[in-house]
Amino acid sequence: MRLKTFPQGGIHPDDNKISAHKPIEKLPVPKTISIPISQHIGAPAKPVVQINDQVKTGQLIAKSGGFISANIHSSVSGTIKKLDKVMDVSGYKRDCIVIEVEGDEWNEDIDLSPEIKQDCTLSCDEIKKKIMDAGIVGMGGATFPSHVKLTIPDGKKAEYLLVNGAECEPYLTSDHRLMLEKPEEIIVGIKILMKALNVEKAIVGIESNKMDAIQLLSEKAQEEKAITIQALKLQYPQGGEKQLIKALVNREAPPPPGLPIDVGCVVFNVGTVFAVYEAVQKNKPLVERIVAITGKTLMNPSNFLVRLGTPISTLIEKAGGMPQDRGKIISGGPLMGKAIADTSIPVTKGTSGIVLMPDNESLRKECLTCIRCAKCVSVCPQGLEPYLLMLLGQKQLFSKAEEENVLNCIECGCCSFACPSNRPLLDHIRYAKTTVMNLIRTRKR
Amino acid sequence: MTVTSLYAILTLTLVGLCAAIILFLVAKKFHIYEDPKIDEVEEALPAANCGGCGYPGCRHFAEACVKSEDLLGLYCPVGGNACMAEVAKILGKEAVEKSPMVAVVRCSGSPEYRPVTNVYDGVPTCVIAHNLYSGDTGCPYGCFGLGDCVAVCKFDAIYIDEKTKLPVVIEEKCTACGACVIACPRNIIELRKIGPKSRRIFVSCVNKDKGAVARKACAVACIGCGLCLKECPFDAITIENNLAYIDFEKCRLCRKCPPVCPTNAIHEVNLPPKPAPKPETKTEEKNKGSESNAA
Amino acid sequence: MSDRLLKVSLSPHAFSKDSIESLMHGVILALIPAFLASLYFFGIGALKVTVISVLACVFFEYVIQKFILKVKPTISDGSAIITGLLLAFNLPSNLPSGIVIIGAFVAIAIGKMSFGGLGKNPFNPALVGRVFLLISFPVPMTLWPKPIVTRMQLDGVTAATPLAIVKEGLGNGQAFSSLLSQIPSYFDLFIGNVGGCIGEVSALAILIGGIYMLYKKIISWHIPVSMIGTIFVFTGILYQFHPNQYASPLFHILTGGVFLGAIFMATDYVTSPMTRKGMIIFGGGIGVITSLIRIFGAYPEGVSFAILIMNGFVPLINKFCKPKRFGEAK
Repeated sequence: MRLKTFPQGGIHPDDNKISAHKPIEKLPVPKTISIPISQHIGAPAKPVVQINDQVKTGQLIAKSGGFISANIHSSVSGTIKKLDKVMDVSGYKRDCIVIEVEGDEWNEDIDLSPEIKQDCTLSCDEIKKKIMDAGIVGMGGATFPSHVKLTIPDGKKAEYLLVNGAECEPYLTSDHRLMLEKPEEIIVGIKILMKALNVEKAIVGIESNKMDAIQLLSEKAQEEKAITIQALKLQYPQGGEKQLIKALVNREAPPPPGLPIDVGCVVFNVGTVFAVYEAVQKNKPLVERIVAITGKTLMNPSNFLVRLGTPISTLIEKAGGMPQDRGKIISGGPLMGKAIADTSIPVTKGTSGIVLMPDNESLRKECLTCIRCAKCVSVCPQGLEPYLLMLLGQKQLFSKAEEENVLNCIECGCCSFACPSNRPLLDHIRYAKTTVMNLIRTRKR
Repeated sequence: MTVTSLYAILTLTLVGLCAAIILFLVAKKFHIYEDPKIDEVEEALPAANCGGCGYPGCRHFAEACVKSEDLLGLYCPVGGNACMAEVAKILGKEAVEKSPMVAVVRCSGSPEYRPVTNVYDGVPTCVIAHNLYSGDTGCPYGCFGLGDCVAVCKFDAIYIDEKTKLPVVIEEKCTACGACVIACPRNIIELRKIGPKSRRIFVSCVNKDKGAVARKACAVACIGCGLCLKECPFDAITIENNLAYIDFEKCRLCRKCPPVCPTNAIHEVNLPPKPAPKPETKTEEKNKGSESNAA
Repeated sequence: MSDRLLKVSLSPHAFSKDSIESLMHGVILALIPAFLASLYFFGIGALKVTVISVLACVFFEYVIQKFILKVKPTISDGSAIITGLLLAFNLPSNLPSGIVIIGAFVAIAIGKMSFGGLGKNPFNPALVGRVFLLISFPVPMTLWPKPIVTRMQLDGVTAATPLAIVKEGLGNGQAFSSLLSQIPSYFDLFIGNVGGCIGEVSALAILIGGIYMLYKKIISWHIPVSMIGTIFVFTGILYQFHPNQYASPLFHILTGGVFLGAIFMATDYVTSPMTRKGMIIFGGGIGVITSLIRIFGAYPEGVSFAILIMNGFVPLINKFCKPKRFGEAK
């Protein structure tokens, strides 16, 4: 199969997929869980339970707080202990619903049988409603509410459903294992989404380091004429929404406020597609997800099926315990993930993986002078000039930074990765982005 | 002297003369009239060009003073009242008098009181650390100690103490220009009145979390308990978002609030230490109220 | 205590293995074939000039950084060594040591340090040093020893370079084809058996170094190809119409340090453009100016001047040659 890719920029870090061969294991439910009420982009959800309420697994505990928001369901059965502020991955304490676990009783209408339900007779709107009710958000890490993505704005039409199976970040293997173990469910999920979007073509993009997944899905999708499985060249950030669209259908989504729908594409992560299958065919809301826990210093890098709200310390324990050389613990992949400050942080809808990186791998080196080698320019997938944006940020020339399209930056980290002088390019660019966005907001007032 | 050198000297002299004449004529023809008062006022200013007045440089401030009707809203914090009095004299306008201000750092969360919970490995500036996360301690409002305020001060009036990792303002050098106030991404630094004999009292905390949460993160945090508010006889204290604030216009330095604060979050500057309380008898306890009004 | 605490910073948390040192070491390795060729053709003289140039450059950088600028000396990153090597490769092997040291001083102190050190200079430091020496000491800088014959001596038989012979000959009205007998064959020009500066003679050795740097992704092909290509095409067009009045394009690209300039000097990170489009314009500009100087100018050789002139245009090139922004309408 010919490998497709995006032509501009990109880097080739070691892919370190050390947990790729480990089948998904169910992680036992912990004793208490803390479910943040904001696990998605948009307004936080509003709790609909009180302290001492009894809840079942899959029961609604917080309702969507606006148009761009999502429902939150209990991932365990037990008693609501308190509504507290708990540290989450953002580094700030956020409101969480803390539940004391008792047994594992699921809501009655959820179908827990393992049979694959192929047919879906629901209408387009009914599908969207089910997805909204189930609280499905983008599970690749962006956590954008899926029912909002399925609502096509007036004047725009969706032509392609693109499924993101690239998993381009080093170390992460949760999507890979999902594709190997639940391929048929994913195909059904794709068909459901195609119906909801009213599109006739779907393409699944998978990087070439997952040939087994490519072959398996190609086999299962043989009968489906509308679904194509496309192998992609191993290059970061292949799984970035814009780069994926360019690679699969050769179209360039416009910079913000533009969206992929402007070029007729809607992109969903393969984990989200699976969650859609479970929601629509099995009435199962989003209460658990696959998290890869991995790292060179871990005893047993694994892939766990984790109930949302489980503290990360539980995963680390099960994977062999915290290693001596602590270094950094990353929620997500090493290139775009967030370093967390302590391990009590709960797993949320967007936690695709936890990577333990020792100091010798992740600690920053001394920042030296810019030698104008232009490696940052050649690796930037958005065609920006990171060395210039960093300089403008440092000199506080934010209007010039806006002219140099700093807002187009997708924060992929290729520039900081490639810089031979160890310059913290992304730190300054991100600060420039925040400042420019504030400037624009003040301008509009 | 040869003929060549004579020619050379003559030519250069002529060229120089022509250039001088051209420059003179051009300077006269394209001369822009500027009110000479602007120069006079600029002379009286401290020439720090710090922007503390809100204008980009002393000359622009001088222009604004000359052009405006009165001096309301125009004040040079570096020059202070003496300087504004001179400006008023030059322009024949009324001087504005303001009480001298000073920068005050409202955080006392040194590592001794506010335990470090992680190690920050990113770019060592406050704005970038603030843009990333809540900080390397449990308090999401506290000082990073990375020195953005120090970097921006033109008067060398602030430095980071090595032991406490907190900024310290050198009162004598501080001109209250406000640069550090703007530089701090967490609004920890505030300009407050220097106070009589340089004495002032303020709440050294900006933590808006609920009391128990704030206290867990830092031993000297303000927990918003309100004991200070109850104690203040001048209504100078307000509590908003679990944080007490002392209005420096109303505070009379009566010193009643610092001892009642359970976390010692209220700081006194340049005030003599209070005498140790005498051992009390039962009758003296009743009279305690009237004694502490002395200061 | 702090090894029990987790570390936090912004992503990315993984980094490439490149460092300033690794890139500089790569360039130094790529210069080894040219150095070996220079030893073969010019012997002791080449060794002496190279060693003195490198030591002088490193010394001046260390002294200036430590005692004048009072910053941490960065001689370990290898950039001063490269300036020393490239300066040496642009000098004749019989150049007196004192002049070499002056050249090293000008290259480091004026060409690099006065602008703020590594990364801040607008002009290629080795070329600044070389051009300074060329203008200040024109005679020692234009007397080249004959290759191989003078290997074991420090002074020896000198001769004019093929470029000088051809330029003079063409200027006198002689046809190019008749001059071919007075200059070494194309094969000799390619491997370096010709008089000239110690590093520029062997196009073959430089090409080997260039291919190594392309493989290791230290340089990209845009500047060398565009520069050599432009010289070839420019002189080629003239040669096509008047083959007797002009030298052949193959002659032009194999003489006068075109390969050295294209592969090592013009591709210097600090003084070259940041985008591929800019690099092609840069290389093209150097090619045009070199050809113009060689054909119509007073100097037989024009690469050093051409590169320095184009270095001056780099900020302008960077301003107008931006990479294509993803998603922007064309």
